[in-house]
Amino acid sequence: MAELLSPIRKFFARSNDDLVKIIGMAVLVALVSSAAVSITSVMLKPYQEANRAAERQARIDQMLDTLPGMRDLMMESGVDTLETRLVNLDDGSFASSEDPAGFDLDAALQDSEASIALQADADTAGIKRRANLSPVYLLQKDGDLKLIVLPVYGAGYQSTIRAALAIEADLTTIAALAIVEQGDTPGFGARIEEPEWLALWPGKKIADETGAVRIELVRGGASTPYEVDGISGATRTSNGITNMLRFWLGDQGFGPFLSRLRQEGL
Amino acid sequence: MSLKHHLISPLIGNNPITLQILGICSALAVTTTLSTAITMSVALTVVLCLSGGVISLMRHHIPPSIRLIIQITIVASIVIVIDQFMQAFMFEMSKRLSIFVGLIVTNCLVLGRAEAFAMRNPVVPSALDGLGNGLGYSLILLIVGTLREFLGTGGLLGVPLVKTVAEGGWFEPLGLMQLAPSAFFILGLMVWLVRVLRPEQVERPEFRLETAEDRRP
Repeated sequence: MAELLSPIRKFFARSNDDLVKIIGMAVLVALVSSAAVSITSVMLKPYQEANRAAERQARIDQMLDTLPGMRDLMMESGVDTLETRLVNLDDGSFASSEDPAGFDLDAALQDSEASIALQADADTAGIKRRANLSPVYLLQKDGDLKLIVLPVYGAGYQSTIRAALAIEADLTTIAALAIVEQGDTPGFGARIEEPEWLALWPGKKIADETGAVRIELVRGGASTPYEVDGISGATRTSNGITNMLRFWLGDQGFGPFLSRLRQEGL
Repeated sequence: MSLKHHLISPLIGNNPITLQILGICSALAVTTTLSTAITMSVALTVVLCLSGGVISLMRHHIPPSIRLIIQITIVASIVIVIDQFMQAFMFEMSKRLSIFVGLIVTNCLVLGRAEAFAMRNPVVPSALDGLGNGLGYSLILLIVGTLREFLGTGGLLGVPLVKTVAEGGWFEPLGLMQLAPSAFFILGLMVWLVRVLRPEQVERPEFRLETAEDRRP
Protein backbone atom coordinates (compact mmCIF):
# COMPACT_ATOMS: atom_id res chain seq x y z
CA MET A 1 0.00 0.00 0.00
CA ALA A 2 2.77 2.39 0.95
CA GLU A 3 4.58 1.75 -2.35
CA LEU A 4 1.36 2.40 -4.23
CA LEU A 5 0.81 5.71 -2.49
CA SER A 6 4.33 6.97 -2.74
CA PRO A 7 4.15 8.24 -6.38
CA ILE A 8 0.99 10.12 -5.43
CA ARG A 9 2.73 11.58 -2.38
CA LYS A 10 5.69 12.50 -4.55
CA PHE A 11 3.40 14.25 -7.01
CA PHE A 12 1.74 16.33 -4.31
CA ALA A 13 5.13 17.06 -2.72
CA ARG A 14 6.32 18.74 -5.91
CA SER A 15 6.56 22.51 -5.97
CA ASN A 16 3.50 24.38 -7.22
CA ASP A 17 5.68 26.01 -9.88
CA ASP A 18 6.78 22.64 -11.24
CA LEU A 19 5.48 21.99 -14.78
CA VAL A 20 4.46 18.40 -14.02
CA LYS A 21 2.48 19.54 -11.01
CA ILE A 22 0.77 22.34 -12.97
CA ILE A 23 -0.32 20.05 -15.79
CA GLY A 24 -1.11 17.22 -13.40
CA MET A 25 -3.34 19.43 -11.23
CA ALA A 26 -5.14 20.78 -14.29
CA VAL A 27 -5.85 17.25 -15.53
CA LEU A 28 -6.85 16.05 -12.07
CA VAL A 29 -9.28 18.91 -11.45
CA ALA A 30 -10.76 18.48 -14.92
CA LEU A 31 -11.24 14.74 -14.44
CA VAL A 32 -12.80 14.99 -10.98
CA SER A 33 -15.09 17.85 -12.02
CA SER A 34 -16.28 16.14 -15.18
CA ALA A 35 -16.90 12.90 -13.30
CA ALA A 36 -18.99 14.75 -10.71
CA VAL A 37 -21.01 16.57 -13.36
CA SER A 38 -21.55 13.44 -15.49
CA ILE A 39 -22.62 11.26 -12.57
CA THR A 40 -25.21 13.78 -11.32
CA SER A 41 -26.48 14.37 -14.83
CA VAL A 42 -26.97 10.67 -15.56
CA MET A 43 -28.48 9.90 -12.17
CA LEU A 44 -30.97 12.76 -12.28
CA LYS A 45 -31.98 12.29 -15.91
CA PRO A 46 -35.08 10.15 -15.21
CA TYR A 47 -36.49 12.83 -12.88
CA GLN A 48 -35.78 15.61 -15.38
CA GLU A 49 -37.32 13.62 -18.23
CA ALA A 50 -40.47 13.06 -16.20
CA ASN A 51 -40.68 16.82 -15.57
CA ARG A 52 -40.25 17.62 -19.25
CA ALA A 53 -42.83 15.04 -20.33
CA ALA A 54 -45.35 16.52 -17.88
CA GLU A 55 -44.53 19.97 -19.23
CA ARG A 56 -45.10 18.87 -22.84
CA GLN A 57 -48.45 17.32 -21.93
CA ALA A 58 -49.43 20.47 -20.05
CA ARG A 59 -48.62 22.66 -23.05
CA ILE A 60 -50.75 20.49 -25.35
CA ASP A 61 -53.63 20.62 -22.86
CA GLN A 62 -53.17 24.37 -22.66
CA MET A 63 -53.38 24.60 -26.45
CA LEU A 64 -56.63 22.60 -26.41
CA ASP A 65 -58.04 25.13 -23.95
CA THR A 66 -57.38 27.96 -26.41
CA LEU A 67 -59.31 26.25 -29.21
CA PRO A 68 -62.88 27.50 -29.21
CA GLY A 69 -65.41 24.77 -28.58
CA MET A 70 -62.79 22.05 -28.39
CA ARG A 71 -63.44 21.16 -24.75
CA ASP A 72 -67.20 20.99 -25.41
CA LEU A 73 -66.58 18.66 -28.33
CA MET A 74 -64.42 16.47 -26.14
CA MET A 75 -67.13 16.41 -23.48
CA GLU A 76 -69.69 15.35 -26.10
CA SER A 77 -67.39 12.60 -27.33
CA GLY A 78 -66.91 11.53 -23.73
CA VAL A 79 -63.13 11.81 -23.72
CA ASP A 80 -60.93 14.00 -21.58
CA THR A 81 -57.82 13.88 -23.70
CA LEU A 82 -56.81 13.23 -27.27
CA GLU A 83 -56.37 9.73 -28.63
CA THR A 84 -52.75 8.85 -29.35
CA ARG A 85 -51.93 6.72 -32.39
CA LEU A 86 -48.70 5.77 -34.10
CA VAL A 87 -48.26 6.58 -37.76
CA ASN A 88 -45.88 4.93 -40.18
CA LEU A 89 -44.35 8.00 -41.82
CA ASP A 90 -43.19 6.19 -44.97
CA ASP A 91 -46.59 5.12 -46.24
CA GLY A 92 -48.84 7.19 -44.00
CA SER A 93 -50.74 4.27 -42.48
CA PHE A 94 -51.53 3.77 -38.81
CA ALA A 95 -49.11 1.34 -37.19
CA SER A 96 -51.82 -0.40 -35.20
CA SER A 97 -49.62 -3.31 -34.11
CA GLU A 98 -47.50 -1.07 -31.89
CA ASP A 99 -48.53 0.30 -28.52
CA PRO A 100 -48.38 4.14 -28.60
CA ALA A 101 -47.63 4.27 -24.88
CA GLY A 102 -44.51 2.18 -25.38
CA PHE A 103 -43.07 4.35 -28.17
CA ASP A 104 -39.72 5.89 -27.25
CA LEU A 105 -38.53 8.48 -29.76
CA ASP A 106 -34.99 8.67 -28.36
CA ALA A 107 -34.58 4.90 -28.54
CA ALA A 108 -35.97 4.82 -32.10
CA LEU A 109 -33.50 7.49 -33.20
CA GLN A 110 -30.61 5.41 -31.82
CA ASP A 111 -31.80 2.30 -33.67
CA SER A 112 -30.85 2.06 -37.36
CA GLU A 113 -33.84 -0.26 -37.94
CA ALA A 114 -36.39 2.12 -36.45
CA SER A 115 -35.15 5.34 -38.01
CA ILE A 116 -33.47 6.60 -41.17
CA ALA A 117 -30.56 8.97 -41.67
CA LEU A 118 -31.54 12.09 -43.61
CA GLN A 119 -29.44 13.42 -46.47
CA ALA A 120 -28.11 16.90 -45.73
CA ASP A 121 -30.19 18.57 -48.49
CA ALA A 122 -33.41 16.81 -47.44
CA ASP A 123 -32.87 17.57 -43.75
CA THR A 124 -34.34 21.07 -43.70
CA ALA A 125 -35.39 20.72 -40.07
CA GLY A 126 -31.80 20.00 -39.02
CA ILE A 127 -32.62 16.79 -37.14
CA LYS A 128 -30.14 14.36 -38.83
CA ARG A 129 -32.27 11.22 -38.25
CA ARG A 130 -36.02 10.64 -38.47
CA ALA A 131 -37.85 7.82 -36.75
CA ASN A 132 -40.03 5.62 -38.96
CA LEU A 133 -42.95 5.96 -36.60
CA SER A 134 -44.40 9.05 -35.01
CA PRO A 135 -47.24 9.56 -32.56
CA VAL A 136 -50.16 11.76 -33.63
CA TYR A 137 -52.97 12.94 -31.37
CA LEU A 138 -56.48 13.02 -32.73
CA LEU A 139 -60.02 13.75 -31.74
CA GLN A 140 -62.85 11.98 -33.53
CA LYS A 141 -66.57 11.86 -33.10
CA ASP A 142 -68.58 8.98 -34.56
CA GLY A 143 -65.71 8.13 -36.93
CA ASP A 144 -65.32 11.72 -38.20
CA LEU A 145 -61.99 13.39 -37.61
CA LYS A 146 -62.42 16.66 -35.71
CA LEU A 147 -58.86 17.66 -34.93
CA ILE A 148 -55.42 16.23 -35.48
CA VAL A 149 -52.31 17.31 -33.59
CA LEU A 150 -48.91 16.62 -35.14
CA PRO A 151 -45.78 16.72 -32.98
CA VAL A 152 -42.93 18.43 -34.84
CA TYR A 153 -39.41 19.40 -33.91
CA GLY A 154 -36.39 20.97 -35.53
CA ALA A 155 -33.35 23.15 -35.00
CA GLY A 156 -34.00 26.72 -33.91
CA TYR A 157 -31.21 29.23 -33.37
CA GLN A 158 -29.48 27.55 -30.44
CA SER A 159 -31.86 24.85 -29.30
CA THR A 160 -34.21 22.22 -30.58
CA ILE A 161 -37.71 23.60 -30.86
CA ARG A 162 -40.53 21.15 -30.20
CA ALA A 163 -44.01 22.16 -31.19
CA ALA A 164 -47.47 20.70 -31.63
CA LEU A 165 -49.41 21.72 -34.73
CA ALA A 166 -53.18 21.29 -34.45
CA ILE A 167 -54.96 20.99 -37.79
CA GLU A 168 -58.71 21.17 -38.35
CA ALA A 169 -60.82 18.49 -39.97
CA ASP A 170 -60.22 19.87 -43.51
CA LEU A 171 -56.53 18.94 -43.01
CA THR A 172 -55.29 22.30 -44.31
CA THR A 173 -56.46 24.91 -41.80
CA ILE A 174 -54.30 25.39 -38.73
CA ALA A 175 -56.31 25.32 -35.53
CA ALA A 176 -53.41 26.30 -33.28
CA LEU A 177 -49.69 26.03 -32.74
CA ALA A 178 -48.16 25.26 -29.37
CA ILE A 179 -44.45 25.51 -28.64
CA VAL A 180 -43.85 22.69 -26.19
CA GLU A 181 -40.12 23.08 -25.64
CA GLN A 182 -37.48 25.56 -26.76
CA GLY A 183 -34.33 27.19 -25.44
CA ASP A 184 -33.71 30.07 -27.84
CA THR A 185 -32.55 33.53 -26.78
CA PRO A 186 -34.80 35.02 -24.08
CA GLY A 187 -36.40 38.23 -25.36
CA PHE A 188 -35.82 37.32 -29.01
CA GLY A 189 -36.26 33.76 -30.27
CA ALA A 190 -37.95 32.71 -27.03
CA ARG A 191 -40.83 35.07 -27.89
CA ILE A 192 -42.27 32.24 -30.00
CA GLU A 193 -43.77 31.11 -26.70
CA GLU A 194 -45.78 34.30 -26.25
CA PRO A 195 -49.56 33.94 -26.57
CA GLU A 196 -49.75 37.11 -28.73
CA TRP A 197 -47.56 35.51 -31.38
CA LEU A 198 -49.17 32.08 -31.16
CA ALA A 199 -52.54 33.78 -31.68
CA LEU A 200 -51.43 34.65 -35.24
CA TRP A 201 -51.60 31.00 -36.24
CA PRO A 202 -55.24 29.87 -36.09
CA GLY A 203 -56.90 30.06 -39.52
CA LYS A 204 -53.69 29.92 -41.55
CA LYS A 205 -53.47 27.30 -44.31
CA ILE A 206 -50.60 24.86 -44.52
CA ALA A 207 -50.99 24.07 -48.23
CA ASP A 208 -52.71 25.44 -51.34
CA GLU A 209 -55.29 23.66 -53.56
CA THR A 210 -52.60 21.68 -55.38
CA GLY A 211 -51.41 20.25 -52.07
CA ALA A 212 -48.05 22.03 -52.14
CA VAL A 213 -46.92 23.07 -48.64
CA ARG A 214 -46.84 26.87 -48.59
CA ILE A 215 -46.82 27.84 -44.90
CA GLU A 216 -43.97 30.19 -43.97
CA LEU A 217 -42.87 32.90 -41.59
CA VAL A 218 -42.24 36.23 -43.28
CA ARG A 219 -40.67 39.54 -42.34
CA GLY A 220 -43.15 42.35 -41.95
CA GLY A 221 -46.81 42.07 -42.82
CA ALA A 222 -48.11 38.63 -43.63
CA SER A 223 -50.46 39.08 -46.59
CA THR A 224 -51.63 35.62 -47.69
CA PRO A 225 -53.26 32.82 -45.65
CA TYR A 226 -49.98 30.91 -45.90
CA GLU A 227 -47.88 33.61 -44.26
CA VAL A 228 -47.33 34.31 -40.56
CA ASP A 229 -45.37 37.28 -39.22
CA GLY A 230 -41.91 36.21 -38.10
CA ILE A 231 -40.32 37.42 -34.87
CA SER A 232 -38.27 40.54 -35.51
CA GLY A 233 -34.70 40.20 -34.29
CA ALA A 234 -34.95 36.40 -34.41
CA THR A 235 -34.53 35.58 -38.09
CA ARG A 236 -32.88 32.25 -37.46
CA THR A 237 -35.53 31.12 -35.03
CA SER A 238 -38.22 32.18 -37.53
CA ASN A 239 -36.46 30.39 -40.39
CA GLY A 240 -36.07 27.36 -38.15
CA ILE A 241 -39.83 27.20 -37.62
CA THR A 242 -40.56 27.58 -41.35
CA ASN A 243 -38.07 24.84 -42.20
CA MET A 244 -39.33 22.59 -39.43
CA LEU A 245 -42.97 22.88 -40.58
CA ARG A 246 -42.02 22.46 -44.25
CA PHE A 247 -40.08 19.32 -43.37
CA TRP A 248 -42.73 17.72 -41.18
CA LEU A 249 -45.60 18.53 -43.54
CA GLY A 250 -43.57 17.34 -46.55
CA ASP A 251 -42.86 13.93 -48.04
CA GLN A 252 -40.32 12.94 -45.37
CA GLY A 253 -42.70 13.90 -42.59
CA PHE A 254 -46.48 13.67 -42.29
CA GLY A 255 -47.10 14.40 -46.01
CA PRO A 256 -48.03 10.81 -46.96
CA PHE A 257 -50.18 10.49 -43.83
CA LEU A 258 -52.10 13.70 -44.52
CA SER A 259 -52.72 12.85 -48.18
CA ARG A 260 -53.92 9.39 -47.21
CA LEU A 261 -56.31 10.95 -44.67
CA ARG A 262 -57.62 13.37 -47.33
CA GLN A 263 -58.38 10.48 -49.69
CA GLU A 264 -59.50 7.70 -47.37
CA GLY A 265 -60.43 9.34 -44.10
CA LEU A 266 -59.53 7.72 -40.82
CA MET B 1 -10.65 36.63 14.39
CA SER B 2 -13.13 34.15 15.78
CA LEU B 3 -15.13 31.73 13.63
CA LYS B 4 -18.31 33.63 14.48
CA HIS B 5 -16.76 36.76 13.06
CA HIS B 6 -16.47 35.17 9.59
CA LEU B 7 -20.17 34.41 9.68
CA ILE B 8 -21.48 37.67 11.16
CA SER B 9 -19.33 40.41 9.67
CA PRO B 10 -20.46 40.02 6.02
CA LEU B 11 -24.08 40.54 7.04
CA ILE B 12 -23.89 44.33 7.42
CA GLY B 13 -20.39 45.48 8.34
CA ASN B 14 -18.68 43.88 5.34
CA ASN B 15 -21.70 43.13 3.19
CA PRO B 16 -20.70 41.81 -0.25
CA ILE B 17 -23.27 43.93 -2.07
CA THR B 18 -23.42 47.21 -0.17
CA LEU B 19 -19.73 47.45 0.77
CA GLN B 20 -17.80 45.23 -1.61
CA ILE B 21 -20.24 46.04 -4.46
CA LEU B 22 -19.97 42.47 -5.80
CA GLY B 23 -22.69 40.39 -7.44
CA ILE B 24 -24.74 43.39 -8.53
CA CYS B 25 -25.97 42.09 -11.87
CA SER B 26 -27.67 39.02 -10.46
CA ALA B 27 -29.12 41.20 -7.72
CA LEU B 28 -30.88 43.21 -10.44
CA ALA B 29 -32.04 40.25 -12.47
CA VAL B 30 -33.67 37.96 -9.94
CA THR B 31 -35.34 40.41 -7.56
CA THR B 32 -38.53 41.12 -9.50
CA THR B 33 -40.34 38.69 -7.21
CA LEU B 34 -39.55 37.45 -3.74
CA SER B 35 -39.70 33.75 -4.65
CA THR B 36 -36.98 33.97 -7.31
CA ALA B 37 -34.88 36.06 -4.92
CA ILE B 38 -35.20 33.38 -2.23
CA THR B 39 -34.24 30.57 -4.61
CA MET B 40 -31.29 32.49 -6.00
CA SER B 41 -30.16 33.33 -2.46
CA VAL B 42 -30.24 29.69 -1.40
CA ALA B 43 -28.46 28.53 -4.58
CA LEU B 44 -25.73 31.17 -4.29
CA THR B 45 -25.20 30.59 -0.58
CA VAL B 46 -24.76 26.85 -1.16
CA VAL B 47 -22.35 27.47 -4.05
CA LEU B 48 -20.32 30.00 -2.04
CA CYS B 49 -20.08 27.75 0.98
CA LEU B 50 -19.12 24.64 -1.01
CA SER B 51 -16.68 26.39 -3.33
CA GLY B 52 -15.01 28.12 -0.37
CA GLY B 53 -14.60 24.78 1.38
CA VAL B 54 -13.36 22.83 -1.66
CA ILE B 55 -10.92 25.49 -2.84
CA SER B 56 -9.56 25.97 0.67
CA LEU B 57 -9.14 22.19 1.02
CA MET B 58 -6.79 22.07 -1.96
CA ARG B 59 -5.26 25.53 -1.59
CA HIS B 60 -1.72 24.18 -0.97
CA HIS B 61 -1.79 22.28 -4.25
CA ILE B 62 -3.25 24.91 -6.58
CA PRO B 63 -0.41 26.16 -8.79
CA PRO B 64 -0.54 29.98 -8.74
CA SER B 65 -0.12 30.21 -12.51
CA ILE B 66 -3.40 28.40 -13.20
CA ARG B 67 -5.29 29.16 -9.99
CA LEU B 68 -8.10 31.15 -11.63
CA ILE B 69 -8.81 28.38 -14.16
CA ILE B 70 -8.95 25.81 -11.38
CA GLN B 71 -11.22 27.98 -9.25
CA ILE B 72 -13.58 28.62 -12.15
CA THR B 73 -13.68 24.91 -13.03
CA ILE B 74 -14.60 23.97 -9.48
CA VAL B 75 -17.23 26.69 -9.17
CA ALA B 76 -18.71 25.80 -12.57
CA SER B 77 -18.97 22.11 -11.65
CA ILE B 78 -20.74 22.89 -8.39
CA VAL B 79 -23.14 25.23 -10.19
CA ILE B 80 -23.96 22.64 -12.87
CA VAL B 81 -24.62 20.00 -10.23
CA ILE B 82 -26.96 22.37 -8.36
CA ASP B 83 -28.69 23.33 -11.61
CA GLN B 84 -29.23 19.65 -12.41
CA PHE B 85 -30.76 19.10 -8.98
CA MET B 86 -33.07 22.05 -9.49
CA GLN B 87 -34.18 20.74 -12.88
CA ALA B 88 -34.95 17.39 -11.29
CA PHE B 89 -36.72 18.50 -8.13
CA MET B 90 -37.70 22.18 -8.56
CA PHE B 91 -38.64 22.23 -12.23
CA GLU B 92 -40.91 25.30 -12.25
CA MET B 93 -38.35 27.37 -10.39
CA SER B 94 -35.49 26.18 -12.58
CA LYS B 95 -37.36 27.29 -15.69
CA ARG B 96 -37.63 30.81 -14.31
CA LEU B 97 -34.06 30.92 -13.02
CA SER B 98 -32.21 28.74 -15.52
CA ILE B 99 -29.93 31.31 -17.11
CA PHE B 100 -29.29 33.11 -13.84
CA VAL B 101 -28.25 29.94 -12.06
CA GLY B 102 -25.75 29.35 -14.88
CA LEU B 103 -24.55 32.90 -14.38
CA ILE B 104 -23.60 32.18 -10.75
CA VAL B 105 -20.35 30.93 -12.30
CA THR B 106 -19.53 34.41 -13.47
CA ASN B 107 -20.88 36.07 -10.33
CA CYS B 108 -17.87 38.07 -9.17
CA LEU B 109 -18.82 37.38 -5.57
CA VAL B 110 -17.98 33.67 -5.85
CA LEU B 111 -14.61 34.11 -7.51
CA GLY B 112 -13.90 37.15 -5.35
CA ARG B 113 -14.30 35.21 -2.08
CA ALA B 114 -12.36 32.24 -3.44
CA GLU B 115 -9.46 34.42 -4.45
CA ALA B 116 -9.50 36.77 -1.47
CA PHE B 117 -10.26 34.34 1.34
CA ALA B 118 -10.41 30.62 0.56
CA MET B 119 -6.97 30.54 -1.10
CA ARG B 120 -5.32 31.67 2.17
CA ASN B 121 -7.42 30.24 4.97
CA PRO B 122 -8.24 26.83 6.43
CA VAL B 123 -11.35 24.92 5.42
CA VAL B 124 -13.76 25.75 8.25
CA PRO B 125 -13.24 29.53 8.22
CA SER B 126 -13.45 29.48 4.41
CA ALA B 127 -16.74 27.60 4.39
CA LEU B 128 -18.07 29.94 7.09
CA ASP B 129 -16.87 32.97 5.13
CA GLY B 130 -18.74 31.62 2.11
CA LEU B 131 -21.84 31.01 4.20
CA GLY B 132 -21.62 34.47 5.77
CA ASN B 133 -21.16 36.24 2.47
CA GLY B 134 -23.97 34.17 0.97
CA LEU B 135 -26.25 35.23 3.83
CA GLY B 136 -25.19 38.85 3.44
CA TYR B 137 -26.02 38.66 -0.26
CA SER B 138 -29.32 36.91 0.57
CA LEU B 139 -30.26 39.60 3.08
CA ILE B 140 -29.94 42.35 0.46
CA LEU B 141 -31.68 40.24 -2.21
CA LEU B 142 -34.62 39.53 0.09
CA ILE B 143 -35.05 43.19 1.01
CA VAL B 144 -34.88 44.30 -2.64
CA GLY B 145 -37.11 41.43 -3.77
CA THR B 146 -39.72 42.19 -1.09
CA LEU B 147 -39.83 45.89 -1.95
CA ARG B 148 -39.95 45.30 -5.70
CA GLU B 149 -42.63 42.65 -5.63
CA PHE B 150 -44.81 44.47 -3.11
CA LEU B 151 -44.59 47.90 -4.71
CA GLY B 152 -44.70 46.48 -8.23
CA THR B 153 -47.63 44.08 -7.88
CA GLY B 154 -49.24 44.71 -4.51
CA GLY B 155 -48.55 41.17 -3.30
CA LEU B 156 -45.82 38.98 -1.87
CA LEU B 157 -44.84 35.47 -3.02
CA GLY B 158 -47.66 35.73 -5.54
CA VAL B 159 -50.31 36.28 -2.84
CA PRO B 160 -52.12 39.62 -3.26
CA LEU B 161 -51.90 41.65 -0.05
CA VAL B 162 -53.64 44.90 -1.04
CA LYS B 163 -56.30 45.40 -3.68
CA THR B 164 -54.94 47.06 -6.79
CA VAL B 165 -56.82 49.74 -8.70
CA ALA B 166 -57.45 47.24 -11.50
CA GLU B 167 -59.31 45.03 -9.02
CA GLY B 168 -61.27 47.95 -7.59
CA GLY B 169 -58.95 48.73 -4.67
CA TRP B 170 -56.82 51.79 -3.93
CA PHE B 171 -53.30 50.53 -4.66
CA GLU B 172 -51.66 51.66 -7.88
CA PRO B 173 -48.84 49.17 -8.72
CA LEU B 174 -45.59 50.93 -9.54
CA GLY B 175 -44.62 49.40 -12.90
CA LEU B 176 -41.09 50.78 -12.64
CA MET B 177 -40.45 48.42 -9.73
CA GLN B 178 -40.67 45.43 -12.08
CA LEU B 179 -37.93 46.87 -14.29
CA ALA B 180 -34.20 46.51 -13.67
CA PRO B 181 -33.41 50.21 -12.92
CA SER B 182 -35.57 50.16 -9.78
CA ALA B 183 -33.18 47.62 -8.25
CA PHE B 184 -30.38 50.15 -8.77
CA PHE B 185 -32.42 52.84 -7.00
CA ILE B 186 -33.17 50.55 -4.05
CA LEU B 187 -29.57 49.34 -3.83
CA GLY B 188 -28.31 52.92 -4.01
CA LEU B 189 -30.63 54.00 -1.21
CA MET B 190 -29.52 51.03 0.89
CA VAL B 191 -25.82 51.80 0.36
CA TRP B 192 -26.55 55.37 1.40
CA LEU B 193 -28.48 54.28 4.49
CA VAL B 194 -25.76 51.84 5.61
CA ARG B 195 -23.07 54.47 5.17
CA VAL B 196 -25.03 57.08 7.09
CA LEU B 197 -25.33 54.64 9.99
CA ARG B 198 -21.71 53.45 9.64
CA PRO B 199 -19.62 56.39 8.46
CA GLU B 200 -16.43 54.28 8.55
CA GLN B 201 -17.63 52.62 5.32
CA VAL B 202 -17.50 55.85 3.35
CA GLU B 203 -14.60 55.68 0.92
CA ARG B 204 -12.09 58.50 0.72
CA PRO B 205 -12.14 60.18 -2.69
CA GLU B 206 -9.34 58.88 -4.88
CA PHE B 207 -8.66 62.31 -6.33
CA ARG B 208 -9.30 65.79 -5.05
CA LEU B 209 -9.70 68.83 -7.22
CA GLU B 210 -6.69 71.08 -6.95
CA THR B 211 -7.66 74.52 -5.69
CA ALA B 212 -5.92 77.82 -6.21
CA GLU B 213 -4.76 77.74 -2.60
CA ASP B 214 -2.94 74.42 -3.13
CA ARG B 215 -0.94 75.96 -5.94
CA ARG B 216 0.33 78.82 -3.82
CA PRO B 217 3.83 77.90 -2.70
